[in-house]
Amino acid sequence: MHQVTDQSLILRMSNVGKQFAGVQVLKGVNLELYRGEVHALMGENGAGKSTLIKILSGVYQPDQGTIEYMNKKVRWSSPSEARNKGISVIHQELNLSPNISVAENIFMGTKFPKTSLGFIDWKKLNENARQLLHSLGMNLDPEAIVSSLSVAQQQMVEIARAFSIDSKVLVMDEPTATLTDKDISVLFKIINEFKKKGLAIVFISHRMKEIFRIADRCTVLRDGEWIKSMPISETNSHDLVRLMIGREPRSFFHVEQRDTSKYQKQQPVLQINQLQNKKLKNVSFSIHAGEIVGLYGLIGSGRTELVRAIYGADPIDGGEIYIQGNKKEIKNPLEAISAGIGLVPENRKEQGLFLEMSVKENVMIAKMKQLQSKGILRWKQIAETAKDYIQQLNIKYSSLEQHSMNLSGGNQQKILIARLLSMNPKVLLLDEPTRGIDVGAKAEIYSMIYKLAEQGVGVLFISSEMPEVLAVSDRILVMHEGALTAELNREEATQENIMLYATGVNQ
Amino acid sequence: MKIRTFFSSMSHVRFQQLGMLFVLIIMCTIFSIILPDFLQISNILNVLKQISVIAILAAGVTFVILTGGIDLSVGSVLALAGVISVLLSKQGINSVVAMLSGILVGALAGLVNGFLVARVRLSPFIVTLGSLTYVRGLAYVISGGYPIALQSDLFKTAGAGTFLSIPIPIYIMLIVYLLSFFILKYTMFGRNVYAIGGNEEAAHLSGIKVNQNLILVYTLSGLLAGLGGIVLAGRLFSGQPTAGQGFELDAIAAVILGGTSLTGGVGTIQGTIIGALIMGVLSNALTLMNVDYYWQQVVKGVVIVLAVLIDRLRKKDK
Repeated sequence: MHQVTDQSLILRMSNVGKQFAGVQVLKGVNLELYRGEVHALMGENGAGKSTLIKILSGVYQPDQGTIEYMNKKVRWSSPSEARNKGISVIHQELNLSPNISVAENIFMGTKFPKTSLGFIDWKKLNENARQLLHSLGMNLDPEAIVSSLSVAQQQMVEIARAFSIDSKVLVMDEPTATLTDKDISVLFKIINEFKKKGLAIVFISHRMKEIFRIADRCTVLRDGEWIKSMPISETNSHDLVRLMIGREPRSFFHVEQRDTSKYQKQQPVLQINQLQNKKLKNVSFSIHAGEIVGLYGLIGSGRTELVRAIYGADPIDGGEIYIQGNKKEIKNPLEAISAGIGLVPENRKEQGLFLEMSVKENVMIAKMKQLQSKGILRWKQIAETAKDYIQQLNIKYSSLEQHSMNLSGGNQQKILIARLLSMNPKVLLLDEPTRGIDVGAKAEIYSMIYKLAEQGVGVLFISSEMPEVLAVSDRILVMHEGALTAELNREEATQENIMLYATGVNQ
Repeated sequence: MKIRTFFSSMSHVRFQQLGMLFVLIIMCTIFSIILPDFLQISNILNVLKQISVIAILAAGVTFVILTGGIDLSVGSVLALAGVISVLLSKQGINSVVAMLSGILVGALAGLVNGFLVARVRLSPFIVTLGSLTYVRGLAYVISGGYPIALQSDLFKTAGAGTFLSIPIPIYIMLIVYLLSFFILKYTMFGRNVYAIGGNEEAAHLSGIKVNQNLILVYTLSGLLAGLGGIVLAGRLFSGQPTAGQGFELDAIAAVILGGTSLTGGVGTIQGTIIGALIMGVLSNALTLMNVDYYWQQVVKGVVIVLAVLIDRLRKKDK
């Protein structure tokens, strides 16, 4: 361990807080970064890591607390100011211009060297890039076009760019998520180079093993609050998981113990065998009628990819899907719907709603074709049926003709569930059906899920909120890196246990 | 409050239509004051006859733009359909069969566009920019570059005849718009067009056959362009390979003036006819005022930009 002194302190955030629309998303957060350290930022989905990074890099300004940088109090007015002062962020989605060269990308936004005639001195530019890449131990051709590089190489270009502008802090948001093991070793070598050169590196990863391999210290956040900062040598993965999840599950909703034994003897309503594609590794599981199965995974674990593959929205490379014991070939959503599978997609505005269309049609879009005579839509009947579904879900609306974009998030989500009901599914795939909606609407959606399960529908329920998964599910599946790592019954499923599987500590 | 719910339930699509209808009424009022001939029945029929071909094309283009696409090929398709049907008619083939063949050729050209857009997933702009050129080229090849004279009287009636003193093209235009209105409002295909244009991913996930509907939309646009070609050939008494040059842009302009969003999902067919009328009334009035043709072009262009600008400002208000 290097010595921690005030001389080696680069940045100190004290008691930082941030509100959005009256909701406190971050409070009392502390973060200290020292020269030559790799600092792991740990926390569940929604713990506040991204918000903290955005404050650190000038995207947001904090409502409370102070930031000291190089012994001076600072307040970034913009991301570019933070960047110019030496704080670089490498996002998971890389920020490169794909159709120009490595050298141009590295020096983008700086003044390029010029010839005596005032034109760009390409030779010098490429030479500068070559030297920089070499000094960082990167084996890359500065004249190569970025789009021809692998993801790992593109990441290196971005790291080189951060270094070229003399960064003192380098934030890496899940840099290993898309890399192979070999690439990760190369990346870690580069990170070690950076440590030697005195940079502070903030490292975010959901893989516990990596944290212990590369980090010197860590900070744990939970529910937007600072929990603890400590040297990594003073902790272990089980302790870290405990800190990330806390001890008391938040039980703000009703937990109902359901009896599903009567269904267990029957054939499963949905059975998945060895499903695989680019993002999924041989996933197998089954759901019985009347059962609510929770699916938990950290971001990037492949849970959305799993339901999209089952639904025929993404192609599969292998595996079988059985509905009530019958094998189904599902190549597109239409085939999934006719097989009895319904999906509420992850992102309601981008994948679910027709924002400029009426509430009525948003609910009825999949059902309408059954309500026509001789090819002519029977609008009266469509409106009446829509009203039925809208009442069942208690959707608040001013008129059936109202555009769905003018509804609240909770009511928009209910529209998608109403649409699902209209398809009469045997299996429901709910991808984060309660994200970003208020507690009241959440409770209504839970009770709708219970009601459907009581009627014999099999439900797969994805949520990023672990207490919610624990409360709603009869059984819980956990995913990590595209594979199913655990199947836990109610007794086995504790927050700690789930997190150990979700971070890959237990396999 | 009754009035408040009335206004809040009024979608901005309807407001847009009302807005453009309002513009049309104001224009007509002003022109009827300064131009005594403007409100003559004969002049009104003249305006309607003038816009009929563009309006028929614009109806098809409305479907395409509603899906978020674009069809630049309609002017060329019109020429090809005209040339082929006049040629067939000249060969002694029954005029009705010849005319139907022209419409079919249009539909076929649209089908190819639709296939490339939906199945091969090429950008609609590029696909129809290509067909704008090669379809026109085919019209030249088939005609040898010269207009082909039309002999059949029945065929001529389609473009130049009248019924109850009203020109036939006006009837054809009206039927096209009534049918389009009906299709968009009362058929699954029509609603799918809005759904796909509004959110293609959501449409796909809701089980709508996106590709099939897209192919149908481009085919319909081609078919209507073919119909426009028949009407124009009938009016010109000839099939001309140069016919309808630039019509695609007038058609698109009518659609946009009518409040249909270029990003898809928002718009109406009745808006398009209002858009076509605004352009027709404007050029009619400018002609009556003896404004130089070149200056007419300038004014028309400025009006289009102004209309889009107003639309932008109005959306910012919301």
